[in-house]
Amino acid sequence: MSEILLDIRDLRTWFKTDDGMVRAVDGVSMSISKGETLAVVGESGCGKSVTARSVLKLIDMPPGRFESGAILWRGRDLIPLSMEEMDGIRAREIAMVFQEPMTSLNPVYTVGKQIAESLMIHEKLSEKAATEQAVEMLRLVQIPDAERRVNDYPHQFSGGMRQRVMIAIALACKPQLLIADEPTTALDVTIQAQILELLSDMKDRFGMSIMLITHAMGVVAENAQRVVVMYAGKVVEEASVDELFGNPRHPYTQGLIRSIPRVDVAGHARGGVRQRLEQIPGTVPNLLNPPPGCRFAARCKFATEACTAAEPALRTVAPDHKVACIL
Amino acid sequence: MAPLPAQSGTANTARPVSPTAEAWRRFRKHQLAVASLFILGAIALIVLIGPLLWPVPINEIDFTSKLKSPSLTHPFGTDDLGQDVMARLIYGGRISLAVGLAAMIVAVFVGVLVGAVAGMASGRVDAALMWLADLFQSLPQLPLLLMISYLFRDSLKGLFGPEGGTFFLIVIVIGGLRWMPVARLVRAQFLSLREKEFVEAARALGASRLRLVVNHILPNAMGPVIVAATIDVAAAILAESTLSFLGLGFPPDIPTWGRVLFDAKDYLDIAPHWAIFPGMAIFLTVLSINFIGDGLRDALDPRRVI
Repeated sequence: MSEILLDIRDLRTWFKTDDGMVRAVDGVSMSISKGETLAVVGESGCGKSVTARSVLKLIDMPPGRFESGAILWRGRDLIPLSMEEMDGIRAREIAMVFQEPMTSLNPVYTVGKQIAESLMIHEKLSEKAATEQAVEMLRLVQIPDAERRVNDYPHQFSGGMRQRVMIAIALACKPQLLIADEPTTALDVTIQAQILELLSDMKDRFGMSIMLITHAMGVVAENAQRVVVMYAGKVVEEASVDELFGNPRHPYTQGLIRSIPRVDVAGHARGGVRQRLEQIPGTVPNLLNPPPGCRFAARCKFATEACTAAEPALRTVAPDHKVACIL
Repeated sequence: MAPLPAQSGTANTARPVSPTAEAWRRFRKHQLAVASLFILGAIALIVLIGPLLWPVPINEIDFTSKLKSPSLTHPFGTDDLGQDVMARLIYGGRISLAVGLAAMIVAVFVGVLVGAVAGMASGRVDAALMWLADLFQSLPQLPLLLMISYLFRDSLKGLFGPEGGTFFLIVIVIGGLRWMPVARLVRAQFLSLREKEFVEAARALGASRLRLVVNHILPNAMGPVIVAATIDVAAAILAESTLSFLGLGFPPDIPTWGRVLFDAKDYLDIAPHWAIFPGMAIFLTVLSINFIGDGLRDALDPRRVI
């Protein structure tokens, strides 16, 4: 194993609301090594984005707060750092790409200016040098005619192009870790593939690590080396991609994998009998009052009484494969 | 939202231009604004160098030619003391314009500051600042003006001289009583803008809080503020005339536009020209400032296709 960059240990990010404490992230541990792509999957409301935002400390406090845990970035805990110290780490060491390319760019500045901004803050470049660098970055993310496009405003770009610009902004300061929070969810399928390919190109080029947050299992299979499956604020399974798809142990993971549409199984392949795509019944439990025991028990077809009695701990079932299920 | 064909066409053929040049190009498309800029520029120029071109004393009393209609010797006619109205308007315009602009700057500065702090801080600070705005809004302005002038007039006169002191007083009073709408506008804009994803994105890239406010939120909130500011200039020019009329503004021998207008009101039936010309001056100034504001708002908003 190569050097571990980010090590999240037993992180609990809770939100205080009028109805009580929402345990959005409740004891999550995961780590990312240098040059690795870690996928974090789970359906909406599982705490994926809150985990990612916690790493950059983008959680509004209050109402949010770190109840316990540590976020070790190259051995240094980020939680006690002041906002000014965090500003030095953001963009330079850890950068982030957001889900919505349509609204994540400031409409009143040209894209060149927005790429140049972080260079001017962090690298202390002059405006001219930063703009030249911005053109270079646009070229790198394969925006045609970069010299001219650098002076265009966000509304003159399409969704996929804007996501390329977002990636250019995030990569301008050559971070070691890129957190991509559902970078392709708002894009159509062909553009999705292009953006993911661009991300992996950039990863190889800069030798950085990626934390890829997604709810699409297909995206995981093609892009990540290791996968963390989250459910209701907890990690339920963690494994390498091959291991996870070959031997999924947690019923939730199995359900997620079965809900991927597949060309070879669907429709006429089985003697013309049409099959419905499988889904996981029910929804994520309310994180205000999480049910006792395994949080997935209510939706799990294998659930027994033992499941609701005690919370299953994450246990190692194979090398590099952990699961939080008693089965 | 794909770029419109026509727009991407211009984007691809035009050479890169600086933001200022681009804003100017867009401003020029707004014909009324350009005409207004021209008119306002002309008014400002006349007011500044006019006394050199029209060297008629503003306070030479000549009862033989009182309330004369416009003629070659007195292009704007004369008032009840036989003073040349044009010379008086040229002189008074300096003060009216200066008061209007300075009071606007005070109002916008205070308004943006209070609005931005309230919008960013939220919670108790926000509530307290909005109460303050409500308080100011509910104060009866005229008695307050009377009291402020009564209390501070003499000490300010001592500090800045009679005209400087009055100018300072009027600007502070008008500006200080007109910041609330701007503050509310800015606060409302901030409340919605600070939740926008591009603000969070900038935060994720290490932009400090001050940088977020100044570089990312404020420029997006400026559209309505510019319009409010132009209205404030107009309102300040008019408020100054009210004050002068009540004897709280400049001394009666300084013929600001509002003052001339009020002096003329008793003679509307026999000497309408006396009121028409200062009225025209105020009207043209206010109107052109409003149009310029419109043009600026459009030119500075890159999302608007011009």
